[in-house]
Amino acid sequence: MSRGRNNPMQRRPGFRPDIWLQRHLQVALASLGRLMNAPLGTLMTAAVIGIALALPIGLHVLLNNLQNVSGGWESGASISLFLQQEISDKQATALSKKLRLHQRIESIQVISKASAMAEFRRLSGFGDALKALDSNPLPALLVILPKREYSTPETAQLLVRELGLLPETDIVQLDLQWVRRLQAITEIAQRAVLVLATLLGLAVLLIIGNTIRLEIQNRHAEIEITKLIGATNGFIRRPFLYTGLWYGLFGGIIAWLLVAISILLISGPVAELAMLYQSAFDLSSLDITTTLLLLTGSAGLGLLGSWIAVGRHLSAIEPS
Amino acid sequence: MIHFDNVSKRYPGGHTGLAGVSFRIEPGEMVFLTGHSGAGKSTLLKLIGLLERSSGGQVHVNDRNLTRLKSSQIPYHRREVGMIFQDHRLLNDRTVFDNVALPLVVSGLGYKEISRRVHAALDKVGLLNKEKAAPITLSGGEQQRVGIARTVVSKPPLVLADEPTGNLDPKLSQEIMELFGWFNQVGVTLLIATHDLDLISRMDRRILTLHNGQLVQDTGKTE
Repeated sequence: MSRGRNNPMQRRPGFRPDIWLQRHLQVALASLGRLMNAPLGTLMTAAVIGIALALPIGLHVLLNNLQNVSGGWESGASISLFLQQEISDKQATALSKKLRLHQRIESIQVISKASAMAEFRRLSGFGDALKALDSNPLPALLVILPKREYSTPETAQLLVRELGLLPETDIVQLDLQWVRRLQAITEIAQRAVLVLATLLGLAVLLIIGNTIRLEIQNRHAEIEITKLIGATNGFIRRPFLYTGLWYGLFGGIIAWLLVAISILLISGPVAELAMLYQSAFDLSSLDITTTLLLLTGSAGLGLLGSWIAVGRHLSAIEPS
Repeated sequence: MIHFDNVSKRYPGGHTGLAGVSFRIEPGEMVFLTGHSGAGKSTLLKLIGLLERSSGGQVHVNDRNLTRLKSSQIPYHRREVGMIFQDHRLLNDRTVFDNVALPLVVSGLGYKEISRRVHAALDKVGLLNKEKAAPITLSGGEQQRVGIARTVVSKPPLVLADEPTGNLDPKLSQEIMELFGWFNQVGVTLLIATHDLDLISRMDRRILTLHNGQLVQDTGKTE
């Protein structure tokens, strides 16, 4: 009785990577084939997973778009400086030359009383009525663009205060408040999407776990027989793990399709809306990174879900 | 090959499967295990295949102390102990070839080697022409031969059979026994549980008789 003989591990055939790979490929394809043999059932399970994943992913894409838009608004934060009514266009130009030297100001556009009037006439539709006015009631306006490093809401606010102290100033407007509010709301929405994604991810785990549990029950006899023949737990686990992986991947693909189609459907109206706002905004769909993340994430969820189910239910099956 | 030392097995609820059983089977022996149903034949076989563990005493198989074997080692132990059942235990959704190949797939052999060995095993049991058939389409005797091919394809040094001829007519039973005799000739140790006394008497081999979980008769090694 040598010690070595007491350890059957030592009599295992040597590890062969080619056979290992061949075996994995075979199991992966076999479990895929098994799923394809019941296409309707597979499709329904994958669709449930897909819908559960499409919801948070779709919301994520929409929020990203919203951020793209509002981000553009903020970085272009300009300050509207309305001058006193009695300040002439000439004085306004002089003031703009003075302010241009200010260290926080990038550029200044002077909108003279006359051009303000012209624009108003064009946009308001009061053309003829305005002609009746004997003097121009509109003030001159300086549109001031702060330097990039001073364009955050906080630093721009300082400039606004400073400009407000000028004697020529009537009103200074930094209309960023609503952008900031929108961003705060977006942030809350992002958190909500994260919570939703976590909950729905858990739901996906449960769906896959339950599907795999039923699969294990269906193949009870097969598992018993393979155990009798000397299959390790790893060997028995493998097809179920691949099944979970496939379910997750199919669910991810369905989620991708759902999101892509939804975005395609709303991109038309969005483009129209953007045109009304004279913006060239284009609704962006799922980019490569998000797509890859979605597919690997869903496949990973599938693997994890089946791993949990297999761990809980396989050990309960022992041959008798 | 098999060494039982005062082995007992009690089931929860107080039922006794085996009580103080001791015997030794040498490599290359072919031994029959008999006794009426409930005498402990299946329990004894299950202890050897580690389908169950003994409640007392020591079981050694192939110089390995089963009492101390870790659960993670059981699969590797079972690869060396072929088991044949009365109900064949075949996978009905796979072909005969795939059924017989299973132990080799489990052991991680390459496809070429598997194919070669499966064909050899099927040839031995006379079912080479049925390799693509589904087990369910075969007769009882043929299914049992598929089960035997699956057991011997991995060339285990020890084969256990639990009522292998239980559902077969005398002629088929005789064929199965001849097959076992041939395996024994090539060096396989066999332990066959059966209550078919008529069949055993014709074989002239060592017989262990169990009664109420105790070994009441051992005809000793023949030859």
